[in-house]
Amino acid sequence: MNHNILTTHVDTSSETGLRTEEMLLNVGPQHPSTHGVFRLVVKIDGETIKEAIPVMGYLHRGTEKLAENLTYTQIIPYTDRMDYVSAMTNNYVLCHAVETMMGLEIPERAQFLRLIAMELNRVASHLVWWGTYLLDIGAMGPFLYAFRDRETILDLFNELCGARMTFNYMRVGGVKWDAPPGWIDKAKEFVQYMKKELNNYHQLVTGNEIFINRLRGIGKFDTKTALDYSLSGVMLRSTGVKWDLRKDEPYCIYDRFEFDVPTATEGDCMARYHLRMAEIEQSLRILEQALEQFPSEGEVMGKVPRVIRPPAGEAYVRIESPRGEIGCYIASQGKDKPWRLKFRRPSFTNLQILPKLLQGENLANMVAILGSIDIVLGEVDC
Amino acid sequence: MSDEKRKPTPEEKAAAAAEARAKAEALRKLREQEAQVSQEASPVEASQEPQEKASAPEAKPVSEMTPEEKAAAKKAAAAEAIAKAKAAKEAKEAAEAEAPVAEQQSEAVATSAKPVSEMTPEEKAAAKKAAAAEALAKAKAAKEAKEAAENGANSASDADAKAKAAAAAKAKAAAAAAAKAKAAREAGGDESGDDDAKAKAAAAAKAKAAAAAAAKAKAAQATGDETPAEEAPKAPSKNQPYLDKYVSRISEAFGQEVIEASYINELSKEVPTLTIQNERWHQVAQFLRDDEQLSFEYLSDLHGVDYEDRLEVYYHFYSYKNRQSLAVKVKTSREESKVASVMDLWHGANWNERETFDLLGIHFPGHKDLRRILLPDDWVGYPLRKDYVQYDEEV
Repeated sequence: MNHNILTTHVDTSSETGLRTEEMLLNVGPQHPSTHGVFRLVVKIDGETIKEAIPVMGYLHRGTEKLAENLTYTQIIPYTDRMDYVSAMTNNYVLCHAVETMMGLEIPERAQFLRLIAMELNRVASHLVWWGTYLLDIGAMGPFLYAFRDRETILDLFNELCGARMTFNYMRVGGVKWDAPPGWIDKAKEFVQYMKKELNNYHQLVTGNEIFINRLRGIGKFDTKTALDYSLSGVMLRSTGVKWDLRKDEPYCIYDRFEFDVPTATEGDCMARYHLRMAEIEQSLRILEQALEQFPSEGEVMGKVPRVIRPPAGEAYVRIESPRGEIGCYIASQGKDKPWRLKFRRPSFTNLQILPKLLQGENLANMVAILGSIDIVLGEVDC
Repeated sequence: MSDEKRKPTPEEKAAAAAEARAKAEALRKLREQEAQVSQEASPVEASQEPQEKASAPEAKPVSEMTPEEKAAAKKAAAAEAIAKAKAAKEAKEAAEAEAPVAEQQSEAVATSAKPVSEMTPEEKAAAKKAAAAEALAKAKAAKEAKEAAENGANSASDADAKAKAAAAAKAKAAAAAAAKAKAAREAGGDESGDDDAKAKAAAAAKAKAAAAAAAKAKAAQATGDETPAEEAPKAPSKNQPYLDKYVSRISEAFGQEVIEASYINELSKEVPTLTIQNERWHQVAQFLRDDEQLSFEYLSDLHGVDYEDRLEVYYHFYSYKNRQSLAVKVKTSREESKVASVMDLWHGANWNERETFDLLGIHFPGHKDLRRILLPDDWVGYPLRKDYVQYDEEV
């Protein structure tokens, strides 16, 4: 790769006699389509991208370093701020790692609450993606619908744990708060509403010809490339790999519910769009069953030692976040603070393929491709 | 971004880096010396010692020490004594929890302490001073032992425990060591002797250095006795056949010596874990990916860990074909950290290796574009190293 990005090539021997010149275009860090503070230096020749160089780290807060001086419970709020669009899964992955090391039993009711929270959050996350993605490629309307419905989920979360986005809801051994009276019914109501509303979404957008033409065949890659680049989640499933950690390495209580893992074979932006929409449907399906089977009573916190000290050793667990495979590695020395904590962030890993996808692509497709990866910068930079 | 900022000249940077390194070195020395100092004690010491350590980077023979340095050494020794007392308390807690932890503690105490014969006069003097601190700890231990005994079922064991605690507190080194070894055994094996064990462990943990060393040997023996008994009833992991397969495939291709260790990591969902020899890592990695029976085509995670005496890179692989996970660790030294890049095998390693380089300073020869990724290019030092000292040109 070219280290000095400031060198451009001037072509004076063009057949037409026209003098063409490569140009550097700086996208971001403050650019709405980067969904955060992400900078992309693109070298363009006319409208064709010659090279794209991602520059990141603007949101790097050193979470992993900070965590080394915090107790496990104190780290949980930091996970909220990584993938702030889907904080519940982040909460869970940390707790899950500690619980795996300590071999803790989680009470039934807490398991259900966790699962419901995670799946609601997955729907909310995909709604944010849906709204902003369409905003990126020029449709203002869908954003308003998506954020209206997402707000209902955030209100539910607000009732559950007192926060709209930075939940700090889960704890090692269970969850912090039990569902308030009537909450389950409200959630049930939302699921039924959302199932119907999803049809409207499709009517509004999915069949639109302009929309289809902008996405079909764009940002294409195959299974081999996806595996080579360590892609996960929808990015991987869009190439035909039927792989979902909820199904294939079940955690929490996912093995009790019926749901499908939607896959596609095209590997383009359109496939990824369809998969995310199908995932909302599957999440609603899981939610419907979980809310129906929700235990009427029980503890929400398991028996946990006063001071959480995982045994000396190391563990790596991974779960399915809306963006892909989120992993948590803990090296413990038997103390109440981790020796080393590392998050495998799907946004960071999935973003790696961007320069490859953009090479030779039309500049107008850049936003469509970047959006289809579905990144959250808080997670990329950690 | 940093590009727009005034960039420090290479000389400035070098000087700053050297300074940071010197600080880091001093810090590392400090850490090594008091490996056993507990968290509460360390801040106190840390604030006292950095300048002293920095001024005397190499351990000087006592005869060469200035009066100030001697005083400093004494101070340090006194702090160490407090730390020991603390460690003793921890050892007691650990003994309560479970035997293996107790053994670790006792080992740690033993390794941190010097045999008496090697002590300099100053250290001996300091040790005397330390006795004062120890006396305090002993008194506490006696009290704790009493409390523990009070919890016991009958008065006979109560009196027994008290007597033993008192005796143990006064005991000479050897006696304490024996008590400790016994405590270690009892804590693991016999729950009825729990209270006794607590008292003894508390007392024993305060033993002198030599005694601790003896205790270590005995504790090690005790472990030796216990391990087979513990593991015998446990069924082998469901992943054991996979681990055996990986080990045999790799040793067939490269010889036994490339696998430094292989085990099932119980804490991490029983993932088969291999430690591979650093020099042969790239070949083995290629084999892991390309071999028919292994075919780990997916790199899930790659990151580094600083263990203070070494750096380690941790890989988590997955084979979609065989539906199997594998964890691999490769060790490298802290001074010249080098682990072959696997970017040419799994492209997904690209940014992860850059991140590891950025935060831990591990070099990946073979990586095409190894530069910082999260931090600015002119950042000094590697933040995730345990001896990292922040260099800030603004301050």
